[in-house]
Order: sequence, then structure tokens, then C-alpha cells
Amino acid sequence: MKKLMTGNEAIVQGAWEAGVMVASAYPGTPSTEVLENMTAHKEVYSEWAPNEKVAVEAAIGASVAGVRSMASMKHVGLNVAADPLFTFAYTGVNAGMVLLTADEPGMYSSQNEQDNRNYAKAAKIPMLEPSTSQEAKDFMKEAFDISEKFDVPVLVRMTTRVCHSKGIVECGSRSESGKKPYVKNAQKYVMVPAFARKRRVEVEKRMALLEEFAEKTPMNRIEDNGSRTGVIACGMAYCFAKEVFGDDVNYLKMGFTNPLPSKLMTEFLQGVDKCYVIEENDPFIEEKVKMLGFSEKCFGKNTFPAYDELTADVIRKAVFGSEFETIDYDKSKVVPRPPALCAGCPHRGLFFELGKRKNVMVTGDIGCYTLAQGAPYNSIDTTICMGASFSTGHGAQKAFDLKGEDMRVVGVLGDSTFFHTGINSLTECLYNNSRTVSIILDNRITGMTGHQENPGSGRHADLSEANIIDIETVCRALGCKNIRTINPNDLKAVKDALDWALSLDEPAVIITKYPCVLKKFSEHDKKAFPDAYKSKSVVDSEKCIGCKACLKCGCPALYLDRETGKAAIDSLQCVGCGVCEQICPKQAIGKEAR
Amino acid sequence: MTKSVLLVGVGGQGTILASKLLTIGLMQEGYDVKMSEIHGMSQRGGSVSSQVRYGEQVYSPVIEKGSADLLVSFEKMEALRWLEYLKKDGAVVVNDHEMMPMPVIMGQAEYAPDIIDEIRRNCANVKVVSATAEAMKLGNGKVMNIILLGSLVRSMGLENIDWEKIIRDNVKPAFADANVEAFRVGKSLV
Repeated sequence: MKKLMTGNEAIVQGAWEAGVMVASAYPGTPSTEVLENMTAHKEVYSEWAPNEKVAVEAAIGASVAGVRSMASMKHVGLNVAADPLFTFAYTGVNAGMVLLTADEPGMYSSQNEQDNRNYAKAAKIPMLEPSTSQEAKDFMKEAFDISEKFDVPVLVRMTTRVCHSKGIVECGSRSESGKKPYVKNAQKYVMVPAFARKRRVEVEKRMALLEEFAEKTPMNRIEDNGSRTGVIACGMAYCFAKEVFGDDVNYLKMGFTNPLPSKLMTEFLQGVDKCYVIEENDPFIEEKVKMLGFSEKCFGKNTFPAYDELTADVIRKAVFGSEFETIDYDKSKVVPRPPALCAGCPHRGLFFELGKRKNVMVTGDIGCYTLAQGAPYNSIDTTICMGASFSTGHGAQKAFDLKGEDMRVVGVLGDSTFFHTGINSLTECLYNNSRTVSIILDNRITGMTGHQENPGSGRHADLSEANIIDIETVCRALGCKNIRTINPNDLKAVKDALDWALSLDEPAVIITKYPCVLKKFSEHDKKAFPDAYKSKSVVDSEKCIGCKACLKCGCPALYLDRETGKAAIDSLQCVGCGVCEQICPKQAIGKEAR
Repeated sequence: MTKSVLLVGVGGQGTILASKLLTIGLMQEGYDVKMSEIHGMSQRGGSVSSQVRYGEQVYSPVIEKGSADLLVSFEKMEALRWLEYLKKDGAVVVNDHEMMPMPVIMGQAEYAPDIIDEIRRNCANVKVVSATAEAMKLGNGKVMNIILLGSLVRSMGLENIDWEKIIRDNVKPAFADANVEAFRVGKSLV
């Protein structure tokens, strides 16, 4: 049966057909929908893990115990999960284990553009790179077979454009062949040095066998169109190259990209006068081409950028020096539309108050609150990685104190980020007695990635009820003496909490607790927040003096009416959070039922 | 010959559902179809696009600048932002609706009052549709996206596909009638 599927949906279909039984993940664009879609398959145990390292470890355990398993994550997630991966590459698997990384050429929703193909090389594991949804499904099945045949975890490298593009996929049925008996085998699974040294030798033997496989697998194929120009391409870049060159060149289409097939590449390169190596991000294949002695006919990163997507227009411009003709118009009329905190976002009240503070550095984290770096809040000083806010804040506070500078540091992160690696960061602040203010923006869900459950939200990935791990209780258990939980839509409570925390000379935690405006409420939320988002705010134009004070809260539902010169509220967007009402100096904003 | 349709708007306006329905119809009609969308950080409030390409065999899911046959914009400013993706002789369907970007709200930029004129000056085939206003008349502002799908289908000459069944099969039953009605309205507006 044919279905139209995104790459992520096709990954799930492939894994399901391959008989996967355990799937663990931490949400991250563009990988999130893999686990989300897996929850529809009741034969598979699917879970959100608190972070990627834990997800990979859960999948490792399932593999060793004897069922096919997988873990999926965005590219930076693999940094967190690298520790177990590198050693699991030594032990190998029992039942097949596949690790999916979703890289982000173009950085649509990421803080860097790292090329995770380098992980396959560094960890010495096989890697598959699908180009289309059909390949995503087919390669996923291949990956499980390779994993078991060669006793090794397999990396499947997707990119945003493969994950989030739809194509037609031929679907099959599920095989239940994925179960293996568990046999205790310390020499294989206990990586003390004596055993690890033995496994280390196996890793090299396995790589040699995998290269032989790479020479023969149909995932690597030559398309001979009788040309003297060659294109070596992988992933979505292959589709973009086909769009530009059609059948005018010969292709070496690479789907199995670690280890690379020396003989096949040599055969292809000998048959052409020049060869474009079209791959997004790093010169991973290109370096091999050059090692094989074909530097002179190779056009790679000297022709195509090492960053961003290599879309058809980028290739066209690089190779032919021209793009399609476009319509000319006055582009100065186009105003940028950066993403903004939603109307009613419970982070707004906090950043409205925090942005006003002088001599305060705000260390940020990964989540919607990153958006507070822009106008009108201009409130974030650093964003590095998941969980980094409290610990970078701690280091910064120590530095200011050592320099004798009158600066205070406030760290901000969300509830899901707290459970991810924020707990470690807070432990650093508490253990080393930092006078930082650590703020946990608990909006009861993982927001930026589109609402995934987490250890504090009260539900599992399949929406079944879960034990709520209470953030305040965790902070107290870590030894924090100064904790306040507040409603961030109450500006006075926010201001008072900040004043209080900044007056202390020891670690303080503020928890802003209010559900995300886009969240589909759980039964627990309905009880805990009965009045949330039940009204909307309206401007009394008689009272409004057009002072624009309310606009400073940066709500996308608020605007200045061009004709009247007074504030107005878009009733389709407003959910009545009330922040603007508290800012208006003339009490001109009131509430009505939604 | 591959056709390219670009749907653009502001995150949260429903471009993804409209393009999903479009691709289902095209696949049922026997076309090879590719669709690409970027989500994540721009989920709400940012500029978003869904790109649909169909034909005998489609390689790239991404529309190049200067190559879209039709640009369907759910918001006025977004039509102008994405206009360079349109072919020289391509068509535009634009919803006569403004959403203020943050720089305008902050008073750092002006939302030009003559956006539609600017598009018309440079493009011969422009249809302005009051999709948001029509959706409000139907009693549900959210069906604006399906009104625009109706206008899109008419503009691309795809009326022979059974869209009403596709809509009924893919939206929640409670909203099926409203969406079918919205689709009909959308077809009648262009």
C-alpha cells in the first residue's frame, strides 16, 4: 500500500516493519515526530527519555536483553549521548540497535550545524543516509539487519529536509523476527580494560567487513548516463543534484557512507573527467575522494559552500553561475517577521520584568525562552546548549565576584530542560555555593518542539498517566533553601520574587509555574489551573491615551491602530493572560469572556 | 512537467493542513508528489512556508527562487516576502489580511499600506481573496486555510479531484461540514 509520508513517518514505518520493540527519544527538531508517530504502534514500547544519553542507554539495554531497539534525537543530542555510543560500538549488539540522528543543515531550529557523520567515523560504526521518504523506510529495515549481521549499532543520518519532506512510500507488514535470547557474556558486555582491548580488535575486523559490504550494497549505486562528468552525492543533496543535472551526468549515489567503498569510488572516478562531490556540511566523502588520489578532478568544498543546505539553486549558481530569473519588486517594504513568544505565553511576564533589571547578566538555555533575546526584552546574554544556563551562570558569577564587579547572574531554563541536564547544572550552583538566581520556567510541557510530555508533566509519551516529578521537591532535595514558586502572569509576584532572590547572598531558585498557552490541558492541568485562558483582554478606547506602554510587553496580539492611534488587541490571538492590563497606566484594558 | 505551489503565511495559520490535503489529492490523482515544510522554532508568529511539487517524477521537494507556478499567501506581507520564488509569469492568490510583525508592533518599522499594489505592479496574475473575513462570516475564523485551498485548487485547474471527500476523510468529523463549506466558498472567490 502506498502512503504519502514525511521522512520521519517513514523511519517509523521502517522500524515497525523491522520488528522494533523499544523506542526511546528526547524531543528535538527535526527528529521529534519519529517517537511521536511511534506511539501509534502499540506493539512497540515508546517513551520520552529525560535526555538523549538516557534514551540511548535504554535502547542499549533493550538490545542486549534481546529485542530490536532504537533511539532518535537531533544532531546536538548525540553530543549528550556520545558516551554510551562509543563504548556500545565495542560491545556490539544482541538484537539490532539503530540510532537516528537528525542533522540541521541551515540551522532552522538549532544552535549549530555540526555534521554527525563524523560520529560514525569516530565511533567506528556503519552509517546510512537516506535521500527520500521511501529510502528512509527501506534503510531503516536494512539498518536493523546490518546491526545484527555485523554485531554493531548503526547510525542513520537524516537531515531536516529529509525528515520534514513528504514523498510516496510503499508500505509493508511487520516482521516479528527481532527477538533474541539473552545470554550472559561478560567478555562482550562488561568493558573493563582487559575485555575492552579484545573488543577493540573486533571493531577493526568488523570495519573491514563493513567496507566489503559497502562495495556491494545497492544503497551505493552508479547511474551511468554515458557522461564524462560525474556527481557523487548523498542524502537530500542527491535529490537537489538530480533536479539540476537530470540525466546529463553520471551519478554515484551514496546511501551507505561509513565506511566508504574505496573500490566502487575508484571505479566511478576513473570513468569521469571531472567529478562534483555534492554533500551538505563537511567534506566527508570528498576527503575520501582525495585520499584515493583524485584531487585534481574533484570539485567539492572549493565549489559548494560547507554550510547551509545545498538546494538546487545553490548548486545551479555554483556550477553554472546563474539562477532562475525572478520578479523584481521593492523589497524594502518587507518587514522581517522573527518568531516571537506567543500571545499569552507565560514566559512574557518574567522577561518583561527581567529585561528591566540593570547590572544583571541572564544566562539562557534551549527552549522558547531563547526568543526573549530579541526586542522588546533583550534579556538573554548567552545561549549555548541544553542545561547550560545555570552552570554558565555559576561560572560567570564567580568571575564577576573575583573581578569585584557589581553584577548579578540569573539563569533561565524550562521544565523539560531542567530534567534533561538542568538538574546537574543546579547541583553545580548549590554544591559550589553560587549566589546565582536559577529560574525554572515550568510551563508544564516541552514547548518549542511542539508539546511533548516530560517527567514533570504528568503523562507518558502515549498520554497515559505518569508520576509527576515535582520540580520544587527536587530542588529542595538537592539542598536549596531559598525557593519560590510563582504565577508569571502576576507581574507584582515576579518583581517581588526577583527583588527577594537578588537580595540574597546564596543560591536561590524561582519556579514560574503556568501551562503553555498552546498546551492541550491534562485533567491535572484543568484542576490546577481552572481559570487559565478562559478570557480575552479588550482595550477601552475612551480610556486609552495611545501611550504605547502596553506594546512594550512584546505581545503579538497587541498593536497600535493606524487610524485611531490607540492600542488594539487581535481577538483571534488574545487569551487574556492579563500582562498588558497590569502595564497600562490608565487601566484602559479590561477582560471579557473568550 | 513538474508544477510547484508555494503556500506561505504566519506560523499557526494552518498552511500545513492545507498543503497536506493538497498532497493527498494529488497523490490520489496519480501524480508523483513531494512536499517540504520547515517547522520548529517558527511554530508561532514566524514566517512559514509549505512547498508542494507534483508531476510525473519529482526529485527535489524544494521550490527554487523564480520557479513557483502559484504562490498562495495566507497573509499580505508574506506574499511580498516570498514573491521572488514566483515564476515571471506565475500567479498569486493572497488573503487580504494583515498580521503585524514584532518590529511593527515595537514601532521600529512600518507595515506598508500598499502591499497589494506593490504585488500587482510586478505581477500580472494576482487574485486578492478575503479569506479571513469570509471565514468569520462562516462562523469560524480557522477555516480560512480551507477557503484558500479552494482558491488554490481552482487556480491550478485541479477541480476534477474529489476534494470534499478528502476533506471529510482528513479533518475531525465535527468540523467536516464547516471545512467543506469553506472549500466551496474559496473556489467561488477566484
